Amino acid sequence: MPASSIDIPLEAYLVLAAILFCTGVWGLINSRNAVRVLMSIELMLNAVNINLMAFSSYIDGQQIRGQVFAIFVITVAAAEAAVGLAILLSLYRNRETVDMERFNLLRW
Amino acid sequence: MTIASVTQLICFVALSLTLVLGALGVVLLPNIVYSAFLLAGVFLSVAGLYLLLNASFVAAAQVLVYVGAVNVLILFAIMLVNKKEAMAEIPGLLLRRVLSGAVCLGLFLLLLRVDLTTPWAVPGPTPLGEDATTLIGIHLFSDYLLPFELASVLLLMAMIGAIVLARRDVYSSDVITGEAADQGLIEKERTPLLLESPPRDTTLLEKV
Repeated sequence: MPASSIDIPLEAYLVLAAILFCTGVWGLINSRNAVRVLMSIELMLNAVNINLMAFSSYIDGQQIRGQVFAIFVITVAAAEAAVGLAILLSLYRNRETVDMERFNLLRW
Repeated sequence: MTIASVTQLICFVALSLTLVLGALGVVLLPNIVYSAFLLAGVFLSVAGLYLLLNASFVAAAQVLVYVGAVNVLILFAIMLVNKKEAMAEIPGLLLRRVLSGAVCLGLFLLLLRVDLTTPWAVPGPTPLGEDATTLIGIHLFSDYLLPFELASVLLLMAMIGAIVLARRDVYSSDVITGEAADQGLIEKERTPLLLESPPRDTTLLEKV
């Protein structure tokens, strides 16, 4: 039996993912550079993936549905990054800036 | 404690420290290039955590997709939009940071309480070791077949969408008026780079 389910508790992974997620949320709210906003989103997606993998290994060890979910999350994250960066390039070409405070075209 | 468990604990602590410090660096460092490289470190340490969780296939996928593709994409985006610009001061920035920090701290405390007080059903069944990759393949081609196929369609859509969005100067002119039709209302006036030769002066309507 692999030793990981004995030594490191499940809660350690969950707390780690919570720290990562909250860091990502803070960065998402406070970044003024649009590229950094996308990086924060990647951090949050990784936090979710850590949760899925931890549950998959500790609770669902024989079926590992969490790992399949994590693969789908990785797929969607890759698609999101590609489209997000393309939108960012298009925005930059129109507004000549990456400052989030100046992307207010659709704001009331 | 056996030597294996000590090694595992050391690996976990080292990976966690790299992860947390790297994530803080990603959101806090003023230079965005450093942030991008730290993001690669965060992705790599997440892959290491997956290895600790007996998931070698997902760890490999994490390294290939995130470090190899997403992070390189982010670096290219930084290079393409890397213009030194002085961000204009906005009032109340410090207050905003403190408030959002408080909100994030509250969210973290909530998550911490949920994590630590819920009676998780551990220990569950014995984790699979190296058979996990085979089982993932079986899952993907039996009960998760529809999401798998949908993911391929999603990736195709994302690829086409990214090409269309990021392509420079798609010069499609309105058939009736002959004016540029691509986002003409919101874009600034500019001469398309790919249109060195003068445009055809007969529109489709006139030919008809």
